[in-house]
Amino acid sequence: MARDRIRIGCGAGFADDRIPPGVEIVERGELDYLAMECLAERTIAREALDRAKDPTKGYTPVLLERMEAIMPPALRRGVRIVTNMGAANPMGAARAVRKHARDWGCRDYSCAVVTGDEVTDIVRAHPELPLMEDAAPLESLLPRMASANAYLGADVVAHGFATGADLVITGRVADPALFLGPMLHAFGWSYDDWQKLACGTLAGHLLECSGQLTGGCFADPGKKEVDDLAGLGYPLADVWSDGRVEVSKTPGSGGRLDIATCTEQLLYEMHDPTAYITPDCVLDVSGVTFRQVANDRVALNGARGKPRTATYKVVVGYFDGYMGSGEMGFAGINALARARLANEVVQERLRRRGLAYEEMRVDLIGMNSLHANEAALCPEPYEVRLRIAARTPDRKAAEAIGAEVRSLHMQGPTGAGGGVNFGARQILAVKSVLIPREWVKPEIVLERAA
Amino acid sequence: MSVRVYDLAHARAGDKGNTSNISVIAYSDEGWQVLQRELTAEVVLAHFRHLTAGPVRRYELPQLRALNFVIENALGGGVTRSLAIDPHGKSLSALMLTITLPGHNEQGATS
Repeated sequence: MARDRIRIGCGAGFADDRIPPGVEIVERGELDYLAMECLAERTIAREALDRAKDPTKGYTPVLLERMEAIMPPALRRGVRIVTNMGAANPMGAARAVRKHARDWGCRDYSCAVVTGDEVTDIVRAHPELPLMEDAAPLESLLPRMASANAYLGADVVAHGFATGADLVITGRVADPALFLGPMLHAFGWSYDDWQKLACGTLAGHLLECSGQLTGGCFADPGKKEVDDLAGLGYPLADVWSDGRVEVSKTPGSGGRLDIATCTEQLLYEMHDPTAYITPDCVLDVSGVTFRQVANDRVALNGARGKPRTATYKVVVGYFDGYMGSGEMGFAGINALARARLANEVVQERLRRRGLAYEEMRVDLIGMNSLHANEAALCPEPYEVRLRIAARTPDRKAAEAIGAEVRSLHMQGPTGAGGGVNFGARQILAVKSVLIPREWVKPEIVLERAA
Repeated sequence: MSVRVYDLAHARAGDKGNTSNISVIAYSDEGWQVLQRELTAEVVLAHFRHLTAGPVRRYELPQLRALNFVIENALGGGVTRSLAIDPHGKSLSALMLTITLPGHNEQGATS
């Protein structure tokens, strides 16, 4: 189906992203496609654990809530959906949607599932693979490995749509590829037309974080104003078959889309601007320019593409012990000194209990918890909040942190208020390896009503 | 007369693993010239020294009046295992904007 122009909207930029703007862009955006990106680097490891406990689970927990809101208006308007909410169990996600779709009024639809991103067995057979972070062999992580998934490209998304599917559900797919996939399908672009792949990847890169293109993560009162930030709309891209792209947002929504917001998002999570590596191409944005062509509408130019690499990036999730934390507040005269005494008391109590930690971090919220340099501290604030966090392989030692902090209410300095014990949580950390593309065998599976 | 980066530019921070990248985007051509000349990788590293030993790399995108700083080892061991209250370093763009640069004659344009 050769078309000259398609319109792709973004319906979510992270798992717990706001749902109403997603519904709004489907209702008012006059979209052909909607992409929802819901998979952060490590979330898939958590989903893999869910699946290990219950084989029907392992998809993004918010899947059903999101699809109940998005799917009925999308199907009604002929908007085709792609999402990576399949996480560690794309087929399970498709089945869960099917189970509920009838209750949502969605009877006739077809769903394609992309599988094959999970490469746990493949990397287990190659303990010699060097980690990208420190070149150490993967072997050391294998006993603690929770998941291993390759970032697939836009080709598999396009193959999903080629089945005629209204809904394509994937696991790990590179974020911009969720947007490039519909372009490949709709325009029949060659998968080695690097110039067009670059244009589509750039559009996907700008859209994948939803409201970050349209005035989110931007406002600074008195300096950088954003109209109706509360009603922030999600972005969309008009893409022409020759690779031309203009970005805009839901008509009538709040927010702001201009050269300033586009430039911030262009460089978001980008290192070398001449080599942004995706599974589809190597994108060079060093010559990109933006042109405001209408209110809240910007044309993109200057993306350049180079051939993709011979490898897929694999993110390996692994257990890395436990983190425990707690907080306690102090206010008024001498608040800072009391917070510091409280910290010393907690440290000493932990030491006398014989508890040791790999790493401990002490923050004075209101003073230095985000990034302030303590050596250059400003005048003492009226309130300060002590936070202690530590990492340890021992769950009980992690639990002791919050418990000791909270007991400062009764056994710490005077006037300790608002204590919280955040308990202990298991840390799922991630590292990466590269594997030859031919090791990975993605498949498209059609999911049908039982 | 000195000028804050805040008065010349806006910024956004992103994360990958244990590396933060922070864009610095000038409001005006005049501001861009000051940033290009004065906001070196060395100046940025000195301002972030309490968080990381670096290294810091700087990329220039003159057609966008933008600099991109890639600051390694700045995220407490990486987003997924950091003990920091802001493991992604989302707030580090604000730290970048507090840098003061020397020798500038205009007040700095606003958006």
